[in-house]
Parts: sequence; structure tokens; C-alpha cells
Amino acid sequence: MKADGQILRVHDLKASIVSRSQTVEAVKGVTFDIKRGESVGFVGESGCGKSVTARAIMRLAPEGTRVDLGGTVQFGGRNLLTVSEAEMRDIRGRRIAMVFQDPLTSLNPVITVGAQIEDILRRHTGLSGHAARERVIELLAQVGIPFPARRVDDYPHQFSGGMRQRVLIAIAISCDPDLLIADEPTTALDVTVQAQILRLLLRLREERGMSLMLITHDFGVVAGMVERVNVMYGGRIVETAGIDEIFRAPAHEYTRALLDAVPRLHRDGVSP
Amino acid sequence: MSEAATTNEPAIAGSRSAVARRARPSAGRLLLGLGLAMLAILVLVTLLAPLIAPYDPSATSPNSLEGSSPQHWLGTDAIGRDVLSRILIGGRTTLFVTFTSVAFALVAGLVLGLVSGYVGSWVDEAIMRVLDVVFAFPVFLLAIAVVAALGPTVPNLILTIAIVYTPAMSRVVRAPVLSVKKWDHVEAARSVGMSEFRIVIRHVLPMVVSPIVVATSLTLAQTIFTVTALSFLGLGPPPPDPNWGGMLADARQFMELAPLTVVGPAVAIVFATLTFIVLANGLREVLDVGSDR
Repeated sequence: MKADGQILRVHDLKASIVSRSQTVEAVKGVTFDIKRGESVGFVGESGCGKSVTARAIMRLAPEGTRVDLGGTVQFGGRNLLTVSEAEMRDIRGRRIAMVFQDPLTSLNPVITVGAQIEDILRRHTGLSGHAARERVIELLAQVGIPFPARRVDDYPHQFSGGMRQRVLIAIAISCDPDLLIADEPTTALDVTVQAQILRLLLRLREERGMSLMLITHDFGVVAGMVERVNVMYGGRIVETAGIDEIFRAPAHEYTRALLDAVPRLHRDGVSP
Repeated sequence: MSEAATTNEPAIAGSRSAVARRARPSAGRLLLGLGLAMLAILVLVTLLAPLIAPYDPSATSPNSLEGSSPQHWLGTDAIGRDVLSRILIGGRTTLFVTFTSVAFALVAGLVLGLVSGYVGSWVDEAIMRVLDVVFAFPVFLLAIAVVAALGPTVPNLILTIAIVYTPAMSRVVRAPVLSVKKWDHVEAARSVGMSEFRIVIRHVLPMVVSPIVVATSLTLAQTIFTVTALSFLGLGPPPPDPNWGGMLADARQFMELAPLTVVGPAVAIVFATLTFIVLANGLREVLDVGSDR
């Protein structure tokens, strides 16, 4: 892979969620790419297909459903939609990792956080025993958990929401992925913690040169985080633009409507 | 002490439900403790039976159908065997059959329930429909049919009872798996490349342990009853080795002459059954099975 090449090229990706009773065409053909080290935001309202797009790249289906995929997802010289499930498992967590929306439920409540991170290290890097433990503590330190050597044996319920999200991020970056997909990583957190988590993601991305796919419904989150934004609506990308451009001159009327939905201080016509 | 009392006061006066919540776990612990104590007695007596039994359980004597005496605390049966010794030794057979068959049913139920609940779709349908067929038979009818076909030996009895209780165990396992598999941490585990087998073992199974533990204890209570009932009907282990159900059957015709020959094994059966019911209720309270938390 070239240093400035595209790490992910998605062409005409379609995803239909098939459940027992109905089929929903959630993603109706999206095309985009992400360069090595680049941050790209995906913004849209609930149900616009942004999370399904992310899961389609990792070939994850919501439980109890099947997702029919179409198009191509080129990653590391291969089309992820055609590789075997076993190869896909090797890619998940090691080459592409994901941070989920709800840190309160995304960790196994009966296993210590250290053991949960160790699981992934053992799975993908073969690290185990003392070396794995050292690495876990190092990772916890990197995501800003205070006293990592002491916290490593704590259970998830002993951590606050923000700290749990840091643990999830530690899990995601544990195997040095090329691409980190963050699906509404701050939605479940309160505002001050949101800012800390976003700064952490930004710092980790810069330190490791990984690409970031940031999914959110909140323009306030992508501002200052990403270079480019894809605005999604109804299963399609309706606008793609640089971050400055989109705030200055949104082209699509849906983008304008979304931007207007962000509360701002000193907006004309709104008295404080 | 007085300090502690005053700091406790607001919490107690706070609300009725707060008091109830504080009181409940300790009641559950008490029940669990009682259950464990009863289980300890049951297990110890059973294991040490050959040492503490005063007579050879199969040794006959001319003194048949005697009442309680210093030599025979619970009297003797129709052919002069010591009832107490037979209860102690007979418990070994009855409890061995009970524990082993429930263990088999538990293992089968775990495998079938986990596969059925986790994999879902047609696999779930296929497994559950087959189990439904087994489930549809009345327990005793099925047990009698299998034992009658295969012969009344201890291994056959164990196999039969394991088959009879497998559907119920599978359902107890399957139900919570259906919801746990949708939890976020399962998807999170999948998103880092964990294999489905490992997800089931590490991220699904630990979440469903509590209801399974409670159900196992209740099944043990039911199984003791089933084992003794089958033995009573003559489908248990063959004589002369004693077992509780068989003893009841033998003593039935002499119960007016020697009530102790019936009361003895009956009390043993009730005690063993009660042990597992008390244990199950204690476990249910302490593990908080069946509430929202």
C-alpha cells in the first residue's frame, strides 16, 4: 500500500437487512474512499444508513437478521465482500476495528477489562501471559486510564461511562488497526466527557497514522475531527465535501437543514 | 454501636421498599445456607453410609417386621433386614441415579440449548421440534416405555431420566441465550474477530449460568421423585440391592404391621427432595433469577 494511497475504497455498496418478516434496503449504493491516515466523517440522521454502512464494511449483521450486500469494498487489495468468513475474522479487530456507541453495554460485565483486552491480543498477536499483561497496561495508559496497573483487574462496572469508552478504544487500537470505525462514539456520554474522548481519538489517530471513519448525527462532533464529511440521507451519500467547505457553503439542502439543527451561540435572530 | 444505629436509622425509615430490598438478600442467604447444610448432610451420610450403617443391608434375620428397638432403630422389614441400614445404603443408589441422570441432562441441555438459541433459524427449529416431541410425552409414560424396552438396570434408568429431563433443561438454557446473543458486548466481541464458538463460551454462557443453576437444583428435586417412583413401580435397580422406591414398594403390603418400614424411606425421600427445593429457592433469591436486574 502506498503511503498516501486509499486504504478503503467502497464502490456502490448496497445493504438490505433481511429479517423474517421484511426486507429493508438500508444502504442504496454508496461510493466513497478513505485515504491512509485520513479522517472521514459520516453524518446523517438516525436510520440514514450510516451505521449499516460501517457494519457492512466489517460484514457484521444485526442479530437475528441477514444482511444482503452488493457492490465492492476494496481493502488491503481485496474485496471484503467476497473473502471467507475466516479471513474476515482475521481482519476484524486487527486491520479494521470498531468503537461502539454504548460503552455501558459493549463490555462483558463478568470479565475484567484487562482480560477482555488480553483476549484480543491473544487472538491476533499471539501475545500471552506476562507480555500480554504488560501490553494491556500500556494500552490502558495510552487511552488515559489513571493507575492502569491497578485498574487492569477491575470489572467494567467499576468504571465510569467515559472510562469504559476509553477501554473500548484501547480494545480497538490494541492490534494497531489501519482503519478505526467509530460509530457514534460519544453519543452515550455527557458533553465534557465527549470532548475528552474526541481529543483522545484525534491524538491516537495522529500518533498511529491510522484512518478514522467517524459516524455521528452531530455536526458539532465532526468539526475539528475530520478532513472530509459524507452527508448521508435515506441510504445514500447526498453530499461529500471538505470540512471547511461544508460549514461555509453546504451544497445540499439536507446538509443545510442538518447544520441548522446544531444549536449555536450568537446565532442571528435568537436572543440569548 | 450507638453511632452505627443512628446512621442506619434514616435508611430504614426511608421507605418500605428500601427495607424490603435490604431484607430480601439476607432471607435468601438464610435459605441458601439451610439448603447447603441439608445438602451437606445428604452427601455426607450417603458417602459414609457403608461406615455408619449398623448392619449389612442385605443380611436377613428371623426377626421380621419388628418395631423400633435399640438393636434396630427403625425396625426390620419382611425378611428381617435392618431398615435403617437399607435406607442409608439405598440412598446411594437413588442419589447416584439422580445426580448422574441430571448431569447428563444438564450437559445435553447446555449443548442443545446453546446451539439452538445462539444459531437460531432452521437449526433452532429442528432441535426444538424434536425436543417438543419428547416433551409432549408424560414423564412417567416415556420413562416406563424406555425402561420397559431396554430393561430395568441402573444405566438404563439413568439414560431414561436423562432423556426425560433434557427438553426442559434445553429450554431453560435456550431462553436467556436468545436475549443475551443480542447484547452489545457479543457484537463487540464479533467485531474484534472472535470465533463464534469462543463468543458462545466466553460471552454468552457466563450470562446464562444463574437460571441454569436454579433449574438444575429444581430438576434434582423432581428427579429424586421420578427415580423413586420408577423404582416403586418395579422399573428401578433390581433386588436385593436396596433403593428408596423399591423399599416403599416392598413395605407397602405390611404397612399396618410395621409402619416404620414405610415411614423410614418416605422421610428420606422427602428430606432429599426438600433439600433441593430449599437450595433452588435460596439460589434463586441470591442469584436474583427472574427479576429485572
